[in-house]
Amino acid sequence: MPAQYQRPGQPMDPRHSSRLTVRQRFYLIEVLGGLRLTGVRFFSNMWKHTLRMLGAKGVRGAVTIEYPEERRPYSPRLRSLHRLVRREDGSPRCVACMMCETVCPAHCIYIVASEHPNPEIEKVPERFDIDLGKCVFCGYCVEACPEDAIRMDTGILEFSSFSRLGMIYDKQTLLALDPAGPDGSPTSPVPIPADRRI
Amino acid sequence: MTGLPGDMIAAAIPVAFIMFVVLNFGGLLTWVERKQSAIMQDRIGANRASIFGIRILGLLHPLADAIKMLTKEDFMPARADRLLFVLAPFVSVFFALAAFASIPFGDTLHLLGRDIPLQAVTLHVGILYVLGMLSLGVYGLMMAGWASANNYALLGGQRAAALMISAEIAIGASIMGVVMVYGSLNLQDIARGQGEPLLPKIFGQWIPAWGIVTQPLAFFLFLTAGIAATKRIPFDMPEGESEIIGYFVEYSGMKFGMFAMADFLETVVIAGMTTALFLGGWQVPYLQASGFVFPWGGTVGLPHLAVVGLQVGAFLLKVIVMIWLLMLIRWTLPRFRYDQAMRLGWLGLFPLSILNIVVTSLVLLAVGR
Repeated sequence: MPAQYQRPGQPMDPRHSSRLTVRQRFYLIEVLGGLRLTGVRFFSNMWKHTLRMLGAKGVRGAVTIEYPEERRPYSPRLRSLHRLVRREDGSPRCVACMMCETVCPAHCIYIVASEHPNPEIEKVPERFDIDLGKCVFCGYCVEACPEDAIRMDTGILEFSSFSRLGMIYDKQTLLALDPAGPDGSPTSPVPIPADRRI
Repeated sequence: MTGLPGDMIAAAIPVAFIMFVVLNFGGLLTWVERKQSAIMQDRIGANRASIFGIRILGLLHPLADAIKMLTKEDFMPARADRLLFVLAPFVSVFFALAAFASIPFGDTLHLLGRDIPLQAVTLHVGILYVLGMLSLGVYGLMMAGWASANNYALLGGQRAAALMISAEIAIGASIMGVVMVYGSLNLQDIARGQGEPLLPKIFGQWIPAWGIVTQPLAFFLFLTAGIAATKRIPFDMPEGESEIIGYFVEYSGMKFGMFAMADFLETVVIAGMTTALFLGGWQVPYLQASGFVFPWGGTVGLPHLAVVGLQVGAFLLKVIVMIWLLMLIRWTLPRFRYDQAMRLGWLGLFPLSILNIVVTSLVLLAVGR
């Protein structure tokens, strides 16, 4: 027994002993205890499954969420796929100030600015690309935006592509997205980049 | 129905039944394993395989498994011993399948003037036959380990051989107590003996002399060694599929599937052996050839076919309960280390089975048998 871990005159805590007691060494009693635990759990879950099959709502024998059909409710703070917020006329609220592009730690935002026809508005992005293959979903772009023009509230998490190019989402795609519903599930369809094969 | 064709049909009935039950149980155990473990762990379990949207609780997954196994690449290492490499999975499955042959699943069936023993092979040394088949099964593992030309596989085969030897000795020695109590090596005689009342002078007709009552220690020893013989968790160090590498590391496709199948078949065999030796075989309490004869004096007459049907049903039910228990153990206990398993086999199970034999002999002498 490792004496250096023991205070003198104090017995070692039996729960942390490195030696097995006689009862544990005999093994059978401990095995039966373990089997009782799992067996009771088996029958209680079986009973709940049976009740559920017979039509009792609210009784669940499993904690499984069957994902593509069911989703767990997402937190309202969840950072999901970005979207560009639209003005009344449908043009982007973004004024191409380059704040998000500057703050982005992954350098995944690429903006080309151009003049806006309305003299009240300074600029408008001609291109606004986000490379989601590089994005780290830190949300700094949303924090940095002075116009509240970029948000990460679409609730969309399932975006993938067979090529790196397909992970680059352009202005039109990002503008078309809507915020998630009150339960956090997406209201707009997952945008499919051009190269994505189904 | 007399003459050769009738004889052949009469002999084919139990064989067909055994093949049907054992093969289907072996296949279904993949489903049972998935679902039972899922229910024990608050999950749902595999339920996605479907034919035209019909899922029937995931029962199609064994089918999907078989299709997957058959269509996978059948790989063979360049330096493998080609004959032994191909032979090994067949040896494993064959002996696991053949072991069930002498386990009786019912009393003699009287049908159309014939006496059909409900046992695929009527052997006077049935226990030795089953033990032999179980022991021969390890040759498949050793062949697989040797023929793979892979040192890890060889070590796995060596662990399998060591585990089998320590388990088989404990199995044989623990069964000896049962053989002494019922005085026969014939599994059918042992099953009949378990229908007799236990110590009628003391308990009257109340307690049937099932093996678990007359040989409780042997029951636990046999069950432990039997689980070791199936080489499933907690005794899965020959395979160690999750961390350590086992004897079938070089196998793929259906050959690998056959090794996995052999484990399930051995689970069925061990469940059948435990039923036949310790749980009264096909005996239903208080059911005799003419119907129920209750110890409190009541009798319920039953026709012969109903009695046989009840017996076969009771046997299947007991086997299913035993399989459930083995699955529960497999999904509850962690794996033994190699040295722990050896210590348990040689210093735990083996001396205890010898002790069981000695105590059984003394008790049998005392009650004057």
